[in-house]
Amino acid sequence: MIKFTNVFKAFPKGGLALKDVSFHVAKGEFAFLTGHSGAGKSTVLKLVYAAEQPTSGEVRVSGFAVAELSRREIPRLRRRLGIVFQDFRLLEDRTAEENVAFALEVTGARRAAIPARVMRVLTQVGLAAKAQAYPHELSGGEQQRVAIARALVNEPTVLLADEPTGNLDERATRGVFQLLRDINASGTAVVMATHDLDLVRQAPHRVLELQEGALVYDSAVDEPKGEGGAAS
Amino acid sequence: MTLTIREALLAFRRAPLLSALSVTTIAFALFVVGLFGLVAVNLRDALSQVAERVEIVAYLLPGTPSETVTLALKDIESFPEVSAATYVSEDQALARARAELVEFRDVLQELERNPLPASIEVKVKAGYRDADHVSAVADRLRGFPFVDDVRFGRDWVEKLDRLQQLAGGVGLIVGAAFAAVAVIIIGTTIRMAVLQRAREIAIMRLVGATDGFIRFPFLLQGAIKGLLGGGLAVGLCYGAWYLIDAHLIHALFFTAPQALAIVGFGTLIGLLGSASSVGRHLQRV
Repeated sequence: MIKFTNVFKAFPKGGLALKDVSFHVAKGEFAFLTGHSGAGKSTVLKLVYAAEQPTSGEVRVSGFAVAELSRREIPRLRRRLGIVFQDFRLLEDRTAEENVAFALEVTGARRAAIPARVMRVLTQVGLAAKAQAYPHELSGGEQQRVAIARALVNEPTVLLADEPTGNLDERATRGVFQLLRDINASGTAVVMATHDLDLVRQAPHRVLELQEGALVYDSAVDEPKGEGGAAS
Repeated sequence: MTLTIREALLAFRRAPLLSALSVTTIAFALFVVGLFGLVAVNLRDALSQVAERVEIVAYLLPGTPSETVTLALKDIESFPEVSAATYVSEDQALARARAELVEFRDVLQELERNPLPASIEVKVKAGYRDADHVSAVADRLRGFPFVDDVRFGRDWVEKLDRLQQLAGGVGLIVGAAFAAVAVIIIGTTIRMAVLQRAREIAIMRLVGATDGFIRFPFLLQGAIKGLLGGGLAVGLCYGAWYLIDAHLIHALFFTAPQALAIVGFGTLIGLLGSASSVGRHLQRV
């Protein structure tokens, strides 16, 4: 599903962001991507959704080789992914419903089918009652649910979440996290970047830990480590 | 397709102020171009009215037989530069002189013999009223054995010639400069509209919209803004022309094709401006 093989990523001014990163996330898996700020979590996710290209090494996502994607092919990859961010990235001048529908419209979905599909995902994230609300009328947790609904509406095989709970209080965090687990339970792979170690400890999921651009721990391969490891 | 059009129109409703500002900016940029165009149109009209008076007069030797003159007239009228050739007999010349030179009426009355020669007056077609063509025609007229002298006001024609060239050159440069300024202003205005929606563009790309899908509403919007701005500019020009024509001097307004050309120019700049702004923006997200 997502396979990194000896991936290096250098930025012209930022030095080496990723050093020799290799891992594989299987279909339907739930994986945490942990590490301090600047460890390279976001870079890994950007490589997955082809916002960045690897400097060397290979990134394969659901059949696409990211390094070889042309600009034209990137949208095709992204339609198979759902992406959620810490800052929600909703359009402020559209209602929750319109924000979700937007993701369907831009991919050229059949117009008649859109309202039903939108209501289904809004129901799935528990926001059907607030379909007509604008983002500023919703709490942070609710806004993130809208963003998750938008990510889900194209029925992605992988959901990428970059610090999805970073802006949320504890209660909202738990709610959103549970929602992501539910989504995973219904078959969608989830890769969640977070530095919230409490959250990581709560759940028995795969953990990938980055440190200064290097993958220092992979719970699928390594024994739980005493120090520095997320499982400690 | 319908979605694209809806998105393009929605942008006007979502950002009415910025849209109105873009349209007004485009309108004023094109208004300046249009005002300059009006000056150019009227200057050209005035110059061509003056140029219509360009005339070559060939004075004939006394006693030229009328059959010769008739043949010569046919010959002259077949010159490519010539629009008309008219014979003025000695008597007609005298009658005209009496009518036109009122101060000399007494002198002219007392004449025993008509001192005025017969002549052929030659009008030159538009497009040939410059010094080179006119003197070429004059030289050919001198070639007729019965022609005594040829006059055409060489100095005057040469000055007119220079004035027309100057007006054309200055018009081209100033017009191009105004048009360039309009292009830059309109391009910047549209760039603002694109930047204002940068967030939306980024989100569209994240959810898998193609570049074409993102670009098209902007192109449509740019074209609509250019069209409205161009229309408004023509309206402003009409207002300015109306005031000048009514209160200052009689002037010409654009012909329908010229007015349409301004609107078309606006639409084109709007389209190209947004194509380049969105293109550049998309390269970076």
